[in-house]
Amino acid sequence: MATRAVEAGRPSGTARRRLSAALWRRPWLRAAALLLPPLGWMVVLYLASLALLFVYAFWSLDSFTGKVVHTWTLANFREIANNATYRTIAFRTIGIAALVTLTDALIAFPFAYYMARLASRRTRTLLFVLVLLPLWSSYLARIYAWRLILAHDGALNWSLSNLGLPTTGVAYTNTAMWIVFSYVWLPFMILPVYAALERIPDSYVEASRDLGAKGWTTFRRVVLPLALPGMVAGSIFTFSLTLGDYITPTLVGNTQFIGNVVYRNVLGLSHDLPFAAAYATIPLLVMGLYLTLAKRAGAFEAL
Amino acid sequence: MRHVGRRRVGWSAAFVALAVSLAFVAAGCGGSKSSKGTSTATAAGPSLPQSIGQGEGKLSMVAWEGYAQPQWVKPFEQQTGCKVARKYAGSSDEMVTLMRSGAGYDLVSASGDASLRLIAGGDIQAVNPKLIPDYANFIPALQSPPHNTVKGVHYGISLQWGPNTLLYNTKSVSPAPTSWKVLYEPTYKGKITVPDNPIQIADAALYLSKTQPDLGITDPYELNQAQFDAAVKLLKTQKPLVKKYWALASDEIDLFKNGDAVIGASWPYQTNTLAADKVPVKDMIPSEGATGWADTWMLAKGSKHPNCAYEWMKWVSTPKVQAQQAIYFGETPANTLACAEMDKLSKGSCAQYHGDAPASYFNSIKFWKTPVADCGNGKTDCLDYNAWQKAWTEIKG
Repeated sequence: MATRAVEAGRPSGTARRRLSAALWRRPWLRAAALLLPPLGWMVVLYLASLALLFVYAFWSLDSFTGKVVHTWTLANFREIANNATYRTIAFRTIGIAALVTLTDALIAFPFAYYMARLASRRTRTLLFVLVLLPLWSSYLARIYAWRLILAHDGALNWSLSNLGLPTTGVAYTNTAMWIVFSYVWLPFMILPVYAALERIPDSYVEASRDLGAKGWTTFRRVVLPLALPGMVAGSIFTFSLTLGDYITPTLVGNTQFIGNVVYRNVLGLSHDLPFAAAYATIPLLVMGLYLTLAKRAGAFEAL
Repeated sequence: MRHVGRRRVGWSAAFVALAVSLAFVAAGCGGSKSSKGTSTATAAGPSLPQSIGQGEGKLSMVAWEGYAQPQWVKPFEQQTGCKVARKYAGSSDEMVTLMRSGAGYDLVSASGDASLRLIAGGDIQAVNPKLIPDYANFIPALQSPPHNTVKGVHYGISLQWGPNTLLYNTKSVSPAPTSWKVLYEPTYKGKITVPDNPIQIADAALYLSKTQPDLGITDPYELNQAQFDAAVKLLKTQKPLVKKYWALASDEIDLFKNGDAVIGASWPYQTNTLAADKVPVKDMIPSEGATGWADTWMLAKGSKHPNCAYEWMKWVSTPKVQAQQAIYFGETPANTLACAEMDKLSKGSCAQYHGDAPASYFNSIKFWKTPVADCGNGKTDCLDYNAWQKAWTEIKG
């Protein structure tokens, strides 16, 4: 090979050929060249900041000098555990995230089922566009739109009063947050559930019927178990996205999420990064636990 | 066999990743320590410019909503060639954070509860008031006020001031309120809005200083534990009455426009904007008095456009711009000559916004300042802003 390169007589070509030969001979070098940039990015930006977060959580802030004290302490975690407000906020965040996930699963399943198994090709395309279209507009614009819908003199109450129904005071409540979160993250549930349902071969359903199972039994014992990994995969999105959000609570709610407390500690004069870091580990731990359970349910095969 | 091998590679890769990331953490810590050391060392005496040089063509600022309106920004840009980029902020905390973000802002319109923090934090450089001709026309109380002048060194040019008001919808709220009491009682439950800002504790303290004199509150920003606890308790009973804690002035405007709130703590800016939109609102200063703000344009340390910044401070201090801003926001100008300009723009506006009020009116407002442990009376058992912030998180729940 080397001789052939010399025959070609172009030095730049030679170098290039030598490089490609070297890469061909050593697969690990090829892998390294391909993986190094993304892995380096990941290590420096993602893992390093995550590691920093964990380390900070065990440090503390000297309230007198306003400087971070670099000695290990569990004081931040003790404060979170002993302070009723921080507990309430954590449970509220997790509770609403769970509720949003459940709501999205209930709405998404029939929708995805229709899309995957009943709709004609044209309808399916149309539904796909409808599901994905909101994602093309800004998340903030959609939340502000909901603010106008749910406001006291907004579209919702206007419609209700025109229908002769009593109006609601739902604006700026936890209910408003639940509605808006469920709306915003719904596409992230529909798509994996659709993918899971679409993958079920028709022959399975036919086989179930041949074996004497009625429609409901087929649904319960064939379709649902096969769709479950898709639902779990979708729930990872809806749950984690709600868990980490702090903009929706600020704009449509009137209570705080974990993210709001973290934000105020980072933004505030005290600049209590250790406490913010400690509080931010709660959603990380919850998500870690959730992902472990999801992996057991086979969710990652449906992604 | 192959499986085991691959797995081992995975684990060792993970270990390498962890080790590398920890190394970065260590490096980061070392770096931050050394940089802190140098920043404190350079707090030497200021060397002030003696004239305003050629503009740099650009100016970026952090300001309160409504402080950099096209009416007076456009002519400024034409005259000086300094293109203005503005960033409106909703709270003093946000302003301090933005100025420390390293985004290269040149100016900030800091209120009294941010200005001293910025000076103490070394985020601001001293300015020369001699370069601002209108400085001589400022009311005496705002020439060297303690919130922007430390040991005779000027860290900014005063701008405007005003009281925090009680805003209400005249159709829904009757009789017209006279006391801050309406915000703490269930009459308008679920229709009340107050700022999402720890400094709001001072409003509760001001109310308590009149309604519970035995607490002995003299300054709503200097509260000992018992006084502080009383204010926090009052705000916790207020929480179920509140429809929404507003973060931006435009939030409160939305709340009043859409009927979600009919009464709330506000700034005159919201009143003006809502009135212009034909929403039936009025504001007033309740009998207990009011907290308020006195703002200062401050120049960032290491600003890349100091000449444009000086041009801006000069421009906004002129009577006409002072008058425009005062009427737009609904506040009182620092420049005494602005009164005539205000009446020229809108008859009676000078008196309406207290431009001609005596010094006693200025002294009656409890201006925002950062709570510190030093109570100002020889004692150091007051709660600092850190405690105020933590309490605010608990109040909001």
